Amino acid sequence: MLEFMQQLINGLSLGAIYALIALGYTMVYGIIKLINFAHGEIMMVGAYVGFFSISVFGSHIIVAMLFAMIACAILGVIIEKIAYRPLRGATRIAALITAIGVSLFLQYTTVFFLSPQQRIFPQTAFQTKDYLIAGLSISNKDVFIFVSALILMAILQFIIRKTRTGKAMRAVSLDRDAAVLMGISVDRTISITFAIGSSLAAAAGIMVGIYYSTINPLMGILPGLKAFVAAVLGGIGIVPGAMVGGFLIGILETLVSGYGNSLYRDAVVFGVLILILLVKPTGIFGKNTGEKV
Amino acid sequence: MSLLEINKLNKAFGGLSAVLDVSIKIKENELIALIGPNGAGKTTMFNLITGVYKPDEGDIIFKGEEIQGLPPYTVCKKGIARTFQNIRLFNDLTVLDNVKIALHKDVPYSMLATVLRLPSYFKGEKALENKAIELLDIFNLKDKKDEIASNLPYGEQRRLEVARALATHPTLLILDEPAAGMNPNETQDLMKLIKRLKEEFNLTILLIEHDMSLVMGVCERIYVLDYGQLIAEGKPEEIRGNKKVIEAYLGEEVG
Amino acid sequence: MKKILKNKLSQFIINVIILAAIFTIVQYMLNVGILNRFYEITLTSMCINIILAVSLNLINGFTGQLSLGHAGFMAIGAYVSVVITNYFELPLIIGLIGGCLGAAIAGFIIGVPTLRLKGDYLAIATLGFGEIIRVLLQNIDYVGGPAGISGIAKQTNWAWLFGSVILTVIIIQNIINSSYGRAIISVREDEIAAEVMGVNTTNYKVLAFVIGALFAGLAGGLYGHYFYIIKPETFNFLKSFDILVMVVLGGLGSTTGAIIAAIFITVLTAALQAFPAVRMIIYALILILVMIYRPQGLMGNKELTIRSFGKIWGEKR
Repeated sequence: MLEFMQQLINGLSLGAIYALIALGYTMVYGIIKLINFAHGEIMMVGAYVGFFSISVFGSHIIVAMLFAMIACAILGVIIEKIAYRPLRGATRIAALITAIGVSLFLQYTTVFFLSPQQRIFPQTAFQTKDYLIAGLSISNKDVFIFVSALILMAILQFIIRKTRTGKAMRAVSLDRDAAVLMGISVDRTISITFAIGSSLAAAAGIMVGIYYSTINPLMGILPGLKAFVAAVLGGIGIVPGAMVGGFLIGILETLVSGYGNSLYRDAVVFGVLILILLVKPTGIFGKNTGEKV
Repeated sequence: MSLLEINKLNKAFGGLSAVLDVSIKIKENELIALIGPNGAGKTTMFNLITGVYKPDEGDIIFKGEEIQGLPPYTVCKKGIARTFQNIRLFNDLTVLDNVKIALHKDVPYSMLATVLRLPSYFKGEKALENKAIELLDIFNLKDKKDEIASNLPYGEQRRLEVARALATHPTLLILDEPAAGMNPNETQDLMKLIKRLKEEFNLTILLIEHDMSLVMGVCERIYVLDYGQLIAEGKPEEIRGNKKVIEAYLGEEVG
Repeated sequence: MKKILKNKLSQFIINVIILAAIFTIVQYMLNVGILNRFYEITLTSMCINIILAVSLNLINGFTGQLSLGHAGFMAIGAYVSVVITNYFELPLIIGLIGGCLGAAIAGFIIGVPTLRLKGDYLAIATLGFGEIIRVLLQNIDYVGGPAGISGIAKQTNWAWLFGSVILTVIIIQNIINSSYGRAIISVREDEIAAEVMGVNTTNYKVLAFVIGALFAGLAGGLYGHYFYIIKPETFNFLKSFDILVMVVLGGLGSTTGAIIAAIFITVLTAALQAFPAVRMIIYALILILVMIYRPQGLMGNKELTIRSFGKIWGEKR
């Protein structure tokens, strides 16, 4: 039982990271029906921005995180403007292929300029300590990741529920044409969605850096895919679904590595994806809608 | 015996009834119209009959066999063909290929013959081509056989859709607003064509139409739907004077 | 009628002569060493890539079902064929056939449930399956786990490669240019209209998927018997993206487009061997720019034929 609780706690911080990334996937999908394949790479860029702001400017971890969030928000908006906006009328497949292109582009321009080798995430910014509480080993990094993720999610909920921008986002994702008629600027709303989603990914990037203590240009691929699975599990396009899905996938992954064979953990996550897609493609929180002919 | 018998058909979308307890009987060789204001559930009826939607309740009996809930390709094989309100041709393909695809269900050669290019493939392809051209000829589209379907003018696209539907050699042909977007002259020609097809191919025809001159001119019986329910049924002259029908249409104009 | 037949026959003879000439010339250049080892490797990759691109194009281009798991089928082909030839010491031809069948069976098992999904969901599901295949291979000790199988006898030569390419292209083209092929294309054009016209779209999606997987298996078998070593990592989803780049660049739904793009991408890869990052950046830009400026790809759904060369020639004069 203790062992199980321990795995659960380990899973929570990983789950928080996945949840943050999944939020970006789900928000973008909700608003333009695009699987933003490059989302994991935005997280990677965030990790690098954090890395340099700590190692070069010696900034505090929180400052580094804010810095990465701002940089990635801008990056996200630029990507949407250059690569996705021209394809807004195109098929979803065309948009998906473009997103794959953007993802490869970010990975390999990073490889090109910063070399493919992995870097140690600066330990100076975050001294890890383990505490033993009721027989459970809890690391301060897990606490930091979990708490800051929760704070970010709370801020996001506030933006979506209480602000004009949030209302505009919900309106555009419900019915874009009607939103236009209501005087909402769709372009602006989509840009803001990308900015918010990308900044959450950037924060997750820093957390991944702390969690695994190394970063590399291809680090966005697997967490990105798993976060996507989390978004689908929760019901893609549904914000609370992404949070729940993220935690579920994170916990599942640590349980598989803890009890089973860690080599299988990626396969299990993809297995979950396929299972959901076949059984209930709309996810846990999704509503079934038939195709209109 | 009726060719098509629909009993108490029901279909709802998210709690909203699109078709409510509708029963229809069509005898062989009849020409029937299904009319009603916009959103009355006419196209939903067609989608239910052709298997595009599955009904929630009720049954559809065609040639004495229950066909409700069967997939569209099986319904097609049983002898029901249709056109679409918002033309659904295979846009990037040639006129000829559009018709050939509809002939596929009785393709006269095997996959093995296809891969190995056996004589049966060449013979079969020739036969398919001849059949397709024969059909296109009836619809005055023979000269356009190599054109890309989406490049045809609107009226010809509508005709091609009917030709494609006929290629599946149906017993029952269902036309969803065949005259939509046509001028009165074209509508006149279409009426003649429909009558001619009915005789020549021994067809039973069910159509949705808003053009009352067409409906009253060619149809033998008319069913009227409003808010998913059947509100009237009868010969054109009976429908013309039916109070409920007039109300349904006037109600629409006012509201 | 006779004239058409005569034309077709003469066209056929011309094609055979051209192909025989290409085969003999390349074989001769390999024999006397004009084409050194580097060119030979490039040539091999080219043929394997053509098979992969043409077969993926059947699924993505002609059927319109975006699959991102092609590398998984290639992996199964490679592993099954190598197990047959290396472990059971059976001849290459049996290995290749086994690889094809293995991949086709996997294609069927994966295709039946996933092809109910549409568009981007299907893409992600196939990506997931491709990765699952890879992870499973990593965990099977019988085939060497993550290290894979090495010391595979090199049996793939120019004759096998050339023959396999021709076979792939002819079979896929024969299917496309038939009533079955038209049914497959109708799925891409309008699934509902196709169903209503009597086409069992699910069957044809699975059919295209299985045939595509089968030839990916062939490519895998040829790969395994050329490069001495196979390991799961080679067949990750980046390999699937590689093939996707070729299909997208060539034009979804154009076999000649897929062939030309496969050749171009192989040459590009060989030229940029020393700069792998640059190569990937170019791939990325190809995907983005093609989708934005020419989403139908270089060839669209048109085919390049000898006759179209004639047309260009005629226009110029």
